[in-house]
Amino acid sequence: MSGCGECKACQSGKECTIKNADYTIALAGNANVGKSVIFNQLTGVDQIIGNWPGKTVERAEGLLLHKGKRIRVIDLPGIYSFSTYSMEELVSRDFIALEHPDAVINVIDASALERNLFFTIQLLELSPPLMIAVNQIDLAEKKGMTIDTKKLSALLGVPVVPTVAIKGKGIADLTDAITDLMQNHPVPPVLRYGKEVEERIGKISSLLETVTTQYPVRWTAIKLLERDPSIVQMVSEQDRSVVTKAGLLTGEIEAMHGEPVCVVMSAERYQIADRIAAEVLIMRVTGDGPQKKSMTDKLDAVALHPVLGYLAVIAVIGGLLVWTFLIGAQVSALLASFLSQFEQYEPVVTGPLMDILWNGAFTGFVAGVTLVIPYVLPFYILLAVIEDSGYLTRISMMLDRGMHKLGLHGKAIIPLILGYGCNVPAIYSCRIMETPKQKTLAAFLVTLVPCTARTVVILGLVAAFVNIWWALALYAFDILLIIVVGRIAFKAVPGESVGLIMEMPDYHVPSVSVVLKQTWARTKSLVWIVFPAYILGSALIQAFYAVGLLNPVNALLAPITVLWLGLPAVIGITLIFGIVRKELTILTLAVIFGTTNFATIMSPVQLIVLALVSMLYIPCISVILVLASEFGWKKALAISAAEIVMAIAIGGIAFRVLSMWM
Amino acid sequence: MAQEQIEEYLETIYDLETRDGSAKTTAIAKCLKIAPGSVTEVLRSLSDKGLIAYEPYRGATLTCEGKKIAGTIKRKHRLLEVFLTDVLKLNREKVHDEACKMEHTISEDTENALCKMLDAPAHCPHGSPIGPCNKGVGSCAECDGAGKTDMPVAIRDKKIIPITDLRPEQNGHIAFIRGDCKVVQRLSDLGLTLGTKVSILKKTPIDGPVEILVRRTKLAVDHAIADNIFIELPVAGEP
Repeated sequence: MSGCGECKACQSGKECTIKNADYTIALAGNANVGKSVIFNQLTGVDQIIGNWPGKTVERAEGLLLHKGKRIRVIDLPGIYSFSTYSMEELVSRDFIALEHPDAVINVIDASALERNLFFTIQLLELSPPLMIAVNQIDLAEKKGMTIDTKKLSALLGVPVVPTVAIKGKGIADLTDAITDLMQNHPVPPVLRYGKEVEERIGKISSLLETVTTQYPVRWTAIKLLERDPSIVQMVSEQDRSVVTKAGLLTGEIEAMHGEPVCVVMSAERYQIADRIAAEVLIMRVTGDGPQKKSMTDKLDAVALHPVLGYLAVIAVIGGLLVWTFLIGAQVSALLASFLSQFEQYEPVVTGPLMDILWNGAFTGFVAGVTLVIPYVLPFYILLAVIEDSGYLTRISMMLDRGMHKLGLHGKAIIPLILGYGCNVPAIYSCRIMETPKQKTLAAFLVTLVPCTARTVVILGLVAAFVNIWWALALYAFDILLIIVVGRIAFKAVPGESVGLIMEMPDYHVPSVSVVLKQTWARTKSLVWIVFPAYILGSALIQAFYAVGLLNPVNALLAPITVLWLGLPAVIGITLIFGIVRKELTILTLAVIFGTTNFATIMSPVQLIVLALVSMLYIPCISVILVLASEFGWKKALAISAAEIVMAIAIGGIAFRVLSMWM
Repeated sequence: MAQEQIEEYLETIYDLETRDGSAKTTAIAKCLKIAPGSVTEVLRSLSDKGLIAYEPYRGATLTCEGKKIAGTIKRKHRLLEVFLTDVLKLNREKVHDEACKMEHTISEDTENALCKMLDAPAHCPHGSPIGPCNKGVGSCAECDGAGKTDMPVAIRDKKIIPITDLRPEQNGHIAFIRGDCKVVQRLSDLGLTLGTKVSILKKTPIDGPVEILVRRTKLAVDHAIADNIFIELPVAGEP
């Protein structure tokens, strides 16, 4: 098996793939079918979540112990097809075709049989040892659908097991079937397409005799017929004439149907899927009367209502934020007082260098703990609950129109909300956007969202010493700024944008294991990136501080801080510190002035301007690192530079405007 | 009566009918700047030709036949407007009057050639939607193929509307998807293939996304994308 030297988990020194596994199996299927629940049921707590080597796609891996065998379970990304060439699709198909897992379990949603079988058909083309888990069979029953799994198994020629993963039903049968598959490696039967297509697949297959690939021949032929870019390139490197001939055959298909070949193939596959579904699906007739409204329909009547829907969105997002900070502040204070028993964690600036470094590292650790545990963790748990319940998709749908103004669409609301917790996982989550342009744009806007650290600054400076309304005004201004900057960036960033196309799953009670897994997937980047950056950065800064760089730096920045922004000269160094950790701005200020009552040293205008500049001036060092790893250094530095200029400009203007008022 | 005059009347009735539900004689007279007396006369003759249903005082509504002609003219008119604005760079204020004159003279071939050259635009420069052509093709790519092989294409005879015009209790079959190949691919992967039965569950305000029910799954689709998914309505009487 390939190592994964580049995956994020390895940076922390953790092992990132299960060692000494006897077998490897993979879970594949659509999104929202309960694949993660089955994964959790099979693997328990032994999970490793990282990245696919060199790709910005998440990889989840776990260990299943069964009858004394160590089985490595890979949870492939949730996808609908192998045809749109997204990163998730490429990773999945290459894993199945090239790494030859001992079994592939296709998890399908019993309530949406046709669309799931559409993907099953594409899996069959890759001819791995395949089996099917028909999941959420209880929900389908409730909707009046019964699935004849025996018949389905006979029609597809692969084992089929009904499951209700969330209740653990069918998991034992599933493991037995997996064991069978792993030992016997059966090759699934070939599903035949329409005559015109099948003839041409045959012709291309015979042309491929001279070509050697690691992929199955029939699959390679189908992909050549579909003009799959990576397969076309791979084959043309060996024998260009095969590609040319295949291209002509594709042209015939397109002329015959008058459609792009990929659409023809989708229609062919759906035809098979529809035919199979019709044979195995028994619909209970519910009578002539109007159908009973399902729970989802009732909830959607509110959630997607033109007025109530927006009120619900505001209540849920607002409630989420308020709740997080009310609880967070309490827990944070508690943790801080607990940790202060061990070591004094006010910055130390005199004494031996080692002491200074140690103290810096410790304050960094404390800052991490007092931010992550009380604020980010509960925020992400609550968000994961909302997400897993299905409501987040409704928020996306309701806000889609507004997001168009930013050149994005409804799905981008997910990274933006995550940004209020911490920008780092929020930037990772920009992967859900479709095009590179939309990913970059969403990430840029995320860096303008005030994370918990910046909220601490705003609350600590403005809410505490001016009043809460000015703090809220800063938030409102920030949203306005995101809209304006989004509009400008949309015009300035090259590339294409596509509109929203999103599945709307039914509502369901969130699963504890899925919520915890999702929360961990998001907070883990804090452990690898934010914590080390906090600890190292704090130690270094304190060392600089101790060797006396304070005054020269302040003097250097004075033209900006004093003349333009109207702030005290010492703010220069605090802003530099703030690059490491935003909330350090407050901490250093307290140390320098020897007081935490900032009202005695700065005017309300100065407090507001400082909070405003801290909120905007640069993403912190962790965010810059993540931006660089996701989008490259050029974009990371461009975003940082743009924000420094913008924050200084806005801060100076705010200083002048506010001085006239206050 | 000259074909041009007939077309001009049908177009006006089409507009008024969309606006008011039916076209009153006085309203038509005002639009065309003609005396109401002569309008009544023309309406009678159009009614005789089976192009409109006309009742004195209640006004005129188009028959299926009349709607077809009016729809074609509207399509030509709006395509011409796009052509005049985007290609010939005429002032947007002027193109309406120009197109009004040209729309009666161009042939179907010219109409199709315009549509192809302009990449099947969805809206005229003033924002009104341009309806799909009435060739029996499933997508714009098919139209290109049809052009090359010179295959005869069947004429559509059923009523075709964008999915965004479906009412919540209505359903229909996908007849045609216009747009970028990647988007069409993604839609068909999610089950929106030609001929599939679909219905609308929810529309969100201010042209927000629509929720589409297809093969027992629900999809939220951007309004502009959904505008290019065209639906064939079942013939009256069919469930």
